[in-house]
Amino acid sequence: MANRRQTTERSMQALFFIIATASISILFLIMLFLFKEGLPIFKTVSVTDFVFGKYWYPTSDPADFGIFPLIVASVAVTAVSGAIAVPLGVMTAIYLSEIATPRVGEIVKPVVELLAALPSVVIGFFGMVLVAPFLQRIFDIPTGLNLFNASLMLAFMSIPTICSISEDAIHSVPGALREASVALGATELQTIVRVVVPASLSGISTAIILGLSRAVGETMVVLMVAGGAAMLPGSIFDPVRPMPASIAAEMAEAPVGGEHYYALFATGIVLFIFTMLFNIVADHIAHRYSQVGEASL
Amino acid sequence: MKKLFRVIATVGAALTLCAATASAGNLVIKGSTTVLPISQLAVEAYMKAHPDVNISLSGGGSSNGIKAIIDGSTDIANASRFIKNKEVALAQEKGVYPVPFAVAYDSIIPIVHPSNNLTNITRAQLKDIYMGKITNFKDIGGPDLKIVVCSRDTSSGTYETWEGKVMNKERVSPAAQVMASNGAIVQAVSNNKYALGYIGIGYVNDSIRPLKVDGVEGTKESTLNGTFPISRPLFMFTNGWPKGDTLNFVNYMLHPEKGQKHVEAAGYVPLY
Repeated sequence: MANRRQTTERSMQALFFIIATASISILFLIMLFLFKEGLPIFKTVSVTDFVFGKYWYPTSDPADFGIFPLIVASVAVTAVSGAIAVPLGVMTAIYLSEIATPRVGEIVKPVVELLAALPSVVIGFFGMVLVAPFLQRIFDIPTGLNLFNASLMLAFMSIPTICSISEDAIHSVPGALREASVALGATELQTIVRVVVPASLSGISTAIILGLSRAVGETMVVLMVAGGAAMLPGSIFDPVRPMPASIAAEMAEAPVGGEHYYALFATGIVLFIFTMLFNIVADHIAHRYSQVGEASL
Repeated sequence: MKKLFRVIATVGAALTLCAATASAGNLVIKGSTTVLPISQLAVEAYMKAHPDVNISLSGGGSSNGIKAIIDGSTDIANASRFIKNKEVALAQEKGVYPVPFAVAYDSIIPIVHPSNNLTNITRAQLKDIYMGKITNFKDIGGPDLKIVVCSRDTSSGTYETWEGKVMNKERVSPAAQVMASNGAIVQAVSNNKYALGYIGIGYVNDSIRPLKVDGVEGTKESTLNGTFPISRPLFMFTNGWPKGDTLNFVNYMLHPEKGQKHVEAAGYVPLY
C-alpha cells in the first residue's frame, strides 16, 4: 500500500518536473530564435546606427533602419500612461483596502478587475472612434490619434493590474501596525501615509512595474490609436509609433530572411531587453523592501 | 487513470474526424485592401453559385499578398501594384512563377474633410505636402488649417503607387500618420477637418470630399481615357498558370457579365 503511494508520489513529481522543464525550455528557445533572427541586421547596420538612427524607412532603396523614434515613442507612451495610471491605481487600492466599507469594496473591486477583462482591441477601437474626435475637439489639436490618446488607453489597461496587486499588498499589512499607530494618536490619514503605505511599498512597486510592463508590450492599442508616425514626438499631442506597433504592422510584409525582417526581430530584441529590465527591477525591489516581521519599516 | 485514457481517446477520435471532413474545394485569397471590396462581392456571388467551394478572403496589403504567393500560403494574391523585381527574384529562388491578371482599373483620389473648401490640387503640391514642405492648406488656396498628412503603411500597393506617381522617389515625411487600410484613412479623414489622405476610387463616399488632381476629376471616364494622373491597374496573381478552382475563379473575375459587374458595383473601373 505504502509502496504504491510512494510510486504515485514519485511519478507525480517527475511529471511536474517534466512539464516545468518543457515550458522553461520552450521559452528559452523562443529567446534563442529571437536573437538568431535579429542579430544578422547588424552586419548591414551598426548597433549605434540602429538604436540611435532617426529614420525608419525599411522598404526604401537604400533602406534606413533607425529605431530611435520608435524607442522614444515606447518610452514616452509608457511614462505618460504611468503618470496617469499609477496615482489612480494606487489611490484606488488604498481606498478599497483602508477607507471603503466592506460592502463598497465588494462591489468596486470586481468592477475594477472587470476592466482587465476588456480585450485590447475593444479598448483600441474605443480610443479610435470615441476618444480621438473628443480629444481633437477639447484641445483643438490637429489629430486625435496621438501619444496622449495611446497613453490614456494604456493607462486603462494597466490600472486593474496596479490596483489589484497593490490592494493585496496593502491588505496584507499586519493589523498590529495600524493599531499601534492609532494608539500613538495618529489620525487615519497619517496612519495610511506614514505607516501602511511604507509597509506595503514593495508590493506596490511590484504592482506598478507589472502594470507598466503590460503597457510597454501592448501592441493592438498602440497600433490603433498612436497615429503611427515614425518621428520624434515634439509634444504629447504628436502621433508616434511605438516598437510593438511597428513590428505588428510590418512583420507580415517583410520577406523572410530579408534585411527588413531581421530589423523587425532586432526591434523585438530591444523590446525584450526593455521588459526584462523592468522585471529585474521589480524583482529587486520586491526583495529589497520586502517586509520581514511586523516592525521593520 | 482509466477514465483519463478514455477522455484522451475520445478527443483523439474527434480530432481525426474533423480532419477527415475538411472539404476539397478550398481557395485562399489574400492581399490588397484596395482590391478587397471587389473580391468580397465576387467571392460571395461565386460561393453562392458553387456551394462546394470554400473561399477564405483577407486583406493585409499588396506586399503581404505577394509574399504569401511566394511562400505558398495563398492561391490568389490581390495586388494594387505590379510585382517588384526583388519579389520576382525571391519567387524564382523558391521555384514559384507568379502570373499576373489585371482585373480592374483604379484611380488614387486625394481626399479631405467635407468642410474643407479646397477643390483642386496639383501633383507638385501633393509631393511637397507629403514631403512635409507645405504644412498649411492656405498655401495651396484652401482654408487656414494645419495639414495632417495621412499616408499608408509600407505594405500598401496604394502607397507604392503613390510613391511612384506622386513622390518621384522622394520619401514621405516621417511626420505623416500611417494607417493600415483604405478604410482607416476614410475613417480618419471623415472625422478630422485638418486631414488629407488618399484612397482607391472604390472607397470614395459622402463622408469625405474627393479632390481634383491637376484640374481633372477622378471618375471612371478619366481613369479609362488616362487623363487622371494617378491611376493604375489592379491585379490578381496566381502561383503558376491557374488550375482547377483557381482557374474557374479567375475566369469568373474576368467575365464581362460576372466578375466585371462586381468591379463596377464596388466602385472601380471594369476592363470591358
